[in-house]
Amino acid sequence: MYDISPENASNFVAGVDLAFVIILGVSVFFLVAITGVMIYFIRKYRRDKHPKAIQNEGSLKLELIWTIIPLLLVLVMFYFGWMGWKPMKTPPEDAMKVTAIARMWNFKFEYENGKLTDSLYVPVNQPVVLDLKALDVLHSLYIPAFRVKEDMVPGNIKQMWFIPGQVGSYDLFCTEYCGLDHSYMYTGVRVMAEEEFAEWMKDTTATAPAVDESMTPAQQGFEILKSNGCNACHSSDGSKLVGPSYRGIWGETQEVTTAGEKREITVDEEYIRRSIYDPNADIVDGFNKGLMLSYEGLVTEEEIDLIIEYIKSLDE
Amino acid sequence: MSETVKQGAHKSYLEETGGRKGIFKWILSTDHKRIGLLYLYSIMTWFVIGVALGIMMKLELIAPGKTIMGAQAYNATFTVHGVIMIFLIVIPGLPAVFGNFLLPIQIGAKDVAFPKLNLFSWYIYVAGSILVVASLFAGGGPPDTGWTFYAPYSFKTGTNMLPAVVGAFVLGFSSILTGLNFLVTIHRLRAPGMTFMKMPVFPWTLYGTAWIQLLATPIVGITLLMVLGERIFNIGFFDPAKGGDPILYQHLFWIYSHPAVYIMILPAMGAISEIIPTFSRKTIFGYRFIVISTLAIAFVGYFVWGHHMFTSGMSGTALFTFSILTFIVAIPSAIKVFNWVATMHQGSILLKTPFMWAASFIFVFLIGGLTGLVLGALATNVHVHDTAFVVGHFHFIVFGGTGFAFFGAVHYWFPKIYGRMYDESWAKTGWLIFFIGYLALYGPMLYLGIKGMPRRYFDYLPEYHGPNILSSLGALVMVSGFLIILINLIRSARHGEKAEANPWGGTNLEWQISSPPSLENFDEIPTIDKATYKYD
Repeated sequence: MYDISPENASNFVAGVDLAFVIILGVSVFFLVAITGVMIYFIRKYRRDKHPKAIQNEGSLKLELIWTIIPLLLVLVMFYFGWMGWKPMKTPPEDAMKVTAIARMWNFKFEYENGKLTDSLYVPVNQPVVLDLKALDVLHSLYIPAFRVKEDMVPGNIKQMWFIPGQVGSYDLFCTEYCGLDHSYMYTGVRVMAEEEFAEWMKDTTATAPAVDESMTPAQQGFEILKSNGCNACHSSDGSKLVGPSYRGIWGETQEVTTAGEKREITVDEEYIRRSIYDPNADIVDGFNKGLMLSYEGLVTEEEIDLIIEYIKSLDE
Repeated sequence: MSETVKQGAHKSYLEETGGRKGIFKWILSTDHKRIGLLYLYSIMTWFVIGVALGIMMKLELIAPGKTIMGAQAYNATFTVHGVIMIFLIVIPGLPAVFGNFLLPIQIGAKDVAFPKLNLFSWYIYVAGSILVVASLFAGGGPPDTGWTFYAPYSFKTGTNMLPAVVGAFVLGFSSILTGLNFLVTIHRLRAPGMTFMKMPVFPWTLYGTAWIQLLATPIVGITLLMVLGERIFNIGFFDPAKGGDPILYQHLFWIYSHPAVYIMILPAMGAISEIIPTFSRKTIFGYRFIVISTLAIAFVGYFVWGHHMFTSGMSGTALFTFSILTFIVAIPSAIKVFNWVATMHQGSILLKTPFMWAASFIFVFLIGGLTGLVLGALATNVHVHDTAFVVGHFHFIVFGGTGFAFFGAVHYWFPKIYGRMYDESWAKTGWLIFFIGYLALYGPMLYLGIKGMPRRYFDYLPEYHGPNILSSLGALVMVSGFLIILINLIRSARHGEKAEANPWGGTNLEWQISSPPSLENFDEIPTIDKATYKYD
């Protein structure tokens, strides 16, 4: 119907687009017809052409006609809406499982063999079911080309499924407003041929953070920050975003609140580690509690050492 | 009937000051007409701010990437735009301004049932508005949650949520008290002979609205209190980490906020039902069906809130029910549209500005209603939910519907309110520019949404650029039209030609008394012996 996707981008496209065509078709017809009749009346019965109105208080017959016909039409629309939606509800049992994890402001996709990626990779013509997991606030996973969307609710793992029908790349958006960088919370879906996907799936290291041995430790630290989406909230230039900047803190004294008590701490290895694994333990003055979640299990101890090298390097 | 009342036989309500001077003759007066105007001026002030915020958003979206402000500022802008427009303008809107001014007159009463309570409601309104607007300037920056305050983000953000939420809570009381006042007024103060079925349509729509205000508003009050409890005491109603449920918040919020859409649109339908018969010089077609459909909308409107949450994971049964009820609630609105158009048939139509607004209202309201069908059907809803399509749809209903009716009403009753005429040719020019700009502004949003552009996006992918340019330019055209309209009205209120008592040849009671009306509206309470909208 419109060019955002091929007709068979997913198994739902046909049903949803049929509902679109029926509803928009009937709607455009009524819009044009009613507006047309109205303009015709306005022209024909203008006061200079038709100085005396002919009174008419109503007609039961007409009222019934324009109650019953629209009622039947909307029930037809309802039916096609329901039929287009119904198959979205129950994923087939043999579907390939991927866990989609949303946090402010990126998606991660975890496959059954432990592979972790930033974009969604799926094989063509095979049912895929996504377990939707939100870590902090509401998000919503939307793939326009597939006509699927489901909210991601913290504390409630929900599912969405589809069968991609065509090899290619598609957009994937967050559509539930989730704060500062909501509009940058998008990634892509790559639909691959079956063999290509199987090959891709084998290599579980391919999409680990691109740590290149030729880089300095500080550069590697920056790559780790980038791949975890840290820079959305923490700047490298000293400017205040959602959280404190990396610059100008190393070795300095900070005013923080710990368990309701104000105290002073010195920024050292221990503090950085705690700020990543238990980010709400010490809250720097001027910032808010509860916005950052622990990265334990996502960032390793060794990676934290590299991050510390990067933070140090900013003040050298 | 008091058709014998002569123009200028009494001092008008504008000259009757009760011995008070300056601003006090306004803020201490319990005259329903002055209170209506107090609302008009406060609402128009906020509206200018709301429009300015809207324009800033459209300028930001004229190109991908940062244009005039950063993401945080943009998020705050759409939040405050929404809060101001919904809570300060559209919800009080027509009932508070025209309901206050006209309800007693149209039913043949000297004032509302509780005039002091009426003035007090305005004070509450002002207090709530100031709190909301203060949230812009005080504390940790303007709120950035969207006007829906969805949990759990609304508890986590460091911005200045509290004043905005408290403000919305306070505003609710103004709405409840106004609703109560109107209900009692309609039940107790109708002139002798004015049975319910002889009452004009505008008071009927206020009646339906008042019930919603009275019954639905307390729910949002409680919900906002829960938000406060959540933020201040960390109770955890909506926090999954403490066993709460964020979806519960959405249910509570929409149980009020969906009926609130009908608070916005019913009086607008009432105003249109007054304008079309007058300028067609013809009795309204299907009066009884218009009245019944008004009550049907007010009633069924309570049971469709779930259609705001089709992707939030409700059961299939809930989705089925909410979807089918949503389609059914479309029928009474369709009945009204058919009856309005039928009223024009064989009429004697005078193309004055209020009629132009009413006719264009029908067009934009149709677009709003028909796009609502796309959102009511499950399959299509899932695709366009939370996209620009939804933003387009509700602006067609709330701004195209309520806004167009409001401008139509302002022009229609302007001679009655001020005793002066607005300038017809400027008013029509303003309308035309506004209308063209309006369509260019909101039409592209529908297209963008179908193409998959999410709403509340500070930035967007380059593939969405074209329609966004058109939309932003449309906004600038529309605002030019708005300024023409506004300047014309302000100028005409002071310098317009003197108006007659009944410049349009209307049949309802407000046209049988002088323009502007005297303090007590009627010398003697009229006795009603014939149906409303009689032209013979």
